[in-house]
Amino acid sequence: MMSPTARLVVRRLNQRNQALAPFFTSTKSFATEASFETRPFKLHKLEEGPKTSVTVTRDEALKYYKQMLTIRRIETASGNLYKEKIIRGFCHLYSGQEACAVGMKAAMKPADAIISAYRIHGWTYLMGVPPLGVLAELTGRKSGCARGKGGSMHMYAPHFFGGNGIVGAQVPLGVGVAFASKYRGDDNVCFALYGDGAANQGQIFEVYNMAKLWNVPCIFVCENNGYGMGTSAERAAASTTYYTRGDYVPGIWVDGMDILAVREASRFAIEYCTSGKGPLVMETATYRYSGHSMSDPGTSYRTRDEIQEVRQNRDPIASFKEKIISTDLASADELKAIDAEVKKEVDEATRKAKSDSEIPMEELPADIYAAPLEEEVRNVAPWEPLRHKRIGSAVNLN
Amino acid sequence: MAALSTSKNMLKVTTKLLSRRCFSTGRALAGQQMTVRDALNSALDEEMERDDRVFILGEEVAMYDGAYKVSRGLWKKYGDKRVIDTPITEMGFAGIAVGAAMNGLRPVCEFMTFNFSMQAIDQVINSAGKTFYMSAGEVNVPIVFRGPNGAAAGVAAQHSQCFGAWYSHCPGLKVISPFSSEDARGLLKAAIRDPDPVVFLENELLYGTPFEMSDEALSKDFVLPIGKAKIERPGQHLTLVSHSKAVDTCLEAAKLLASEGVECEVINLRSLRPLDMDTVLKSVSKTHRLITVEQGWPQSGIGAEICARVMESEVFFQLDAPAVRVTGADVPMPYTKSLEVAAIPLPPDVVRVAKKLLGLK
Repeated sequence: MMSPTARLVVRRLNQRNQALAPFFTSTKSFATEASFETRPFKLHKLEEGPKTSVTVTRDEALKYYKQMLTIRRIETASGNLYKEKIIRGFCHLYSGQEACAVGMKAAMKPADAIISAYRIHGWTYLMGVPPLGVLAELTGRKSGCARGKGGSMHMYAPHFFGGNGIVGAQVPLGVGVAFASKYRGDDNVCFALYGDGAANQGQIFEVYNMAKLWNVPCIFVCENNGYGMGTSAERAAASTTYYTRGDYVPGIWVDGMDILAVREASRFAIEYCTSGKGPLVMETATYRYSGHSMSDPGTSYRTRDEIQEVRQNRDPIASFKEKIISTDLASADELKAIDAEVKKEVDEATRKAKSDSEIPMEELPADIYAAPLEEEVRNVAPWEPLRHKRIGSAVNLN
Repeated sequence: MAALSTSKNMLKVTTKLLSRRCFSTGRALAGQQMTVRDALNSALDEEMERDDRVFILGEEVAMYDGAYKVSRGLWKKYGDKRVIDTPITEMGFAGIAVGAAMNGLRPVCEFMTFNFSMQAIDQVINSAGKTFYMSAGEVNVPIVFRGPNGAAAGVAAQHSQCFGAWYSHCPGLKVISPFSSEDARGLLKAAIRDPDPVVFLENELLYGTPFEMSDEALSKDFVLPIGKAKIERPGQHLTLVSHSKAVDTCLEAAKLLASEGVECEVINLRSLRPLDMDTVLKSVSKTHRLITVEQGWPQSGIGAEICARVMESEVFFQLDAPAVRVTGADVPMPYTKSLEVAAIPLPPDVVRVAKKLLGLK
């Protein structure tokens, strides 16, 4: 699986480590970094693209591995909670797509922003909400990151603008977020994510136009997992080369199952946008193992063989794990220890998310307005008004 | 002796008239007039000067000086960064405006008319209106959507709808519908300073109308409270409640009724959400009769809401007659001039209904 160049680099690193070994108390010798070749990027209206030779340090690798694993575990736990009917309504799982989120986040600066649609449990975690905050939001309890009032599709965190339920609406919002950065003169970008299904939305083309016209530092990311609910890309789009759909907006196609490729492309995109060149489209070719949501078994429009093939040959976590082990960035045992740690954390959070209580009834009329003008909120019947309350910290107050 | 008492009376009447004109607005100086358009323009200018984060976007707002000239001169003064001409893509630019507000700016998003806001209504309601609640009070959206609303003249069905009922239906939005220049100035400034999403429904036919302005109303920090109505004309026989252009209709109807000895209390709602029911109920408990007047369609309209709330309050028992509504006719707006005129309530229509309620011929 490893290219000759990578093997050479690793051998050299190992030789160096072995030479230095007597000076370290540790008996293990690990590589401190490893290099790989990604699949080639496809470019649209770009002279140059991201580098295909990528390097990752040991610390980075362990971090990304843990992040992807945590997302996978959160999603698995969510699926189970849904089957137990403890999560209600909608639940869209990200399993299989982890490399996209983790790769983008790895390239993001602390104040870069991101907005997506509803497949966002993993993003919420990456943007700073602990597993309990995600799972309890799914179970609708008070430890949820939106106190249980938002649910699966409406989670928020600093620089993470949700969590949006209406397909496509998040993309103009994302351009607006980036617009504000440009207006203020900070060098932050916004990643505006959408799927292959949403990619046909008119409002996305409206904002490709405005973002390009006004040089807005927005990175449009089409997470192409091959299906818009039950409709395959080919059955919904006359053109499935989503990275070219921005027409006059340059684009990059990335292997979305390779976390390092996604990181590299994201770095390139951030550099491009912050150097004043305007927006960019990034299509990450990825896959979701689950159906569109928990109410979709995901097998009426694709074969089980197809799903299995991806799981066995292209799983983002398994392939990254293999990269780590084969280049001696870490041992299998070390990764196993991380597995156990993540399992423990997510299991604990799941337990708490199940047993936590809901917010009290007084919070039904809470936070409708940041500056409420009336104390009373009409209830289901006349003569029994509710009382508006303010609880959240309203980030845009004054 | 007679001459003296006449002039004394004249003085009394004049003072009464003057004080009636400036009910709850402060000193009125004769001669200080301002059109609604200029009132809006000055409000925009002052708020942009006061707060760097305020910017305007919409079709023709910059170089064209505004389709209805409301933003005249602002692009020249503030430049491309703060007054932005958009392509004709409402859903896109409304979404951009909402995103900018989520990320800390204070956009004023113009819809050339609110008929076009339907293209973007998902962004207004689902993105702007609901995000604060869904985020449990974390992400508030300090945006103003403004533009002309309702019937104009001769623009036919697709350009004449009133959206007061639609937007005021939704919790999470604040909805304003000003009448006078003072309303326009004070409420637009309040809307821009408000940290929640505000839908600001202007009226094209009022843009050119001049109104008296007090010193206070012309001052830079003149802000009116959102959600508080104004009694334009006190009276004891009948309460007329309306908003926007229909306030004019009520004032004219009140004049006609006054000549027959009926004194109407005319309430200008100023805001549709929140609705100032305190003022309405206080008035109805005094007059015992209520007519709501609006230009929008009757079904599920503003008047329907007001009447329902009166029914549910103690003041119901104060009514001497059913509370009724005078509204636009339940038809899409025709182009034919005489039919268009007949589709919107006129002062004689209000008078006719008032007389019926009062049992007069």
